[in-house]
Amino acid sequence: MSVLLFTIIVLIGAFMAGLVGSLTGLGGGVIIIPLLTLVLGVDIHYAIGASIISVIATSSGSAAAYVKEGITNIRIGMFLEVATTISAIIGAVITVYINPSYIAVIFGMILLFSAAMMVRKKVDRSDNDTSGKLAFFFKLNGTYPTDEGLKNYAVHNVIGGFLMMFIAGIVSGLLGIGSGALKVIAMDNIMRIPFKVSTTTSNFMMGVTAAASAVVYFHRGQIDPGIAMPVTIGVLLGATIGSKILVRTKTDKLKVVFAVVVTFLALQMIYNGLSGKL
Amino acid sequence: MNKESKNFFADKDIQVILGALLRAGVISSMVVVFIGAVIYLLGNHSAQIDYAKFDSGKSGLSSMTAIFTGLKRFDGASIVQFGTILLIFTPVARVVFSIFSFLIERDYLYVLIGLIVLSIILYSLSDKLVG
Repeated sequence: MSVLLFTIIVLIGAFMAGLVGSLTGLGGGVIIIPLLTLVLGVDIHYAIGASIISVIATSSGSAAAYVKEGITNIRIGMFLEVATTISAIIGAVITVYINPSYIAVIFGMILLFSAAMMVRKKVDRSDNDTSGKLAFFFKLNGTYPTDEGLKNYAVHNVIGGFLMMFIAGIVSGLLGIGSGALKVIAMDNIMRIPFKVSTTTSNFMMGVTAAASAVVYFHRGQIDPGIAMPVTIGVLLGATIGSKILVRTKTDKLKVVFAVVVTFLALQMIYNGLSGKL
Repeated sequence: MNKESKNFFADKDIQVILGALLRAGVISSMVVVFIGAVIYLLGNHSAQIDYAKFDSGKSGLSSMTAIFTGLKRFDGASIVQFGTILLIFTPVARVVFSIFSFLIERDYLYVLIGLIVLSIILYSLSDKLVG
């Protein structure tokens, strides 16, 4: 395949990934990795390097739109980043020693899980009951604006959330994805942070975590300019346009459609991994 | 004293600066990558791609020194790679910015936590990790 054709195909794919990613909250890697490996026959290690770039692009692109709302809890983000950056680097260091077939299977399973998380009805478990000593010591509790004024929330189970974030970081470093689904578990279900805060905070963390493993990929030569170029441009354009439409669209139906697509991609990755084609 | 007013991140100005910082990082990275892309495609458009097998030395652009040498020659691939690096450093700049704002707030616990996160990322910058 010629460089020009390859660039055009990846550009279109990355644009779609950025657009759908910012509309559904699922990162770009979910589409970029199957597109590069299954369709274009690119080695999964290059695909991982390209995907981490798309994660940073989506995170920074949509964060510029998010910060205006002013509900990111920078303290929660910074505190949990201690876990995610360490584990993301560990993941990025070991990924190259793992058989690509296994990586494909792990990736497929994370995709299935993410698809399920996307269509699941989310339940806001946040409250303002007394939280533990750790949340108090690290000043994690906060407020967010509602129509009735500022609302207080308390952060629960700090250690559990921190450990879950550590796992999310490893997965992120191993596969070059944002692992947003795992971060949601840690923040919404374990630490019981309100959605309005957890979504933007998780997005803030995604970029920093991805930057940590991206540096490792970069030194190893997994970030190739020929692939990074269409991915960066495509995802940034897609994510910017996506975050503009997001404000006035209902995304429920889109999420179901996208979950079906992701499930299909996941099964493909698992099948190809198990049959040793990747 | 009103405790709320001390919260730096509640300050609208800071949010605006943060948003501008992110946008500046994203836009400058995209412009650089685009310029590199044009030069790269003009020279290589009909070449054949070869990504079927991962080879860590293939692009030859996995260190900052190699990229800067390439930049001086107006090498398309090096310019693209430089734009990618700008994108990677955008979230890192956000961490640095947060550390400064914690410092202004005199929240030294979080200055420390921020510095820990920053040093973890800087540690990964040393290529010792990639044997």
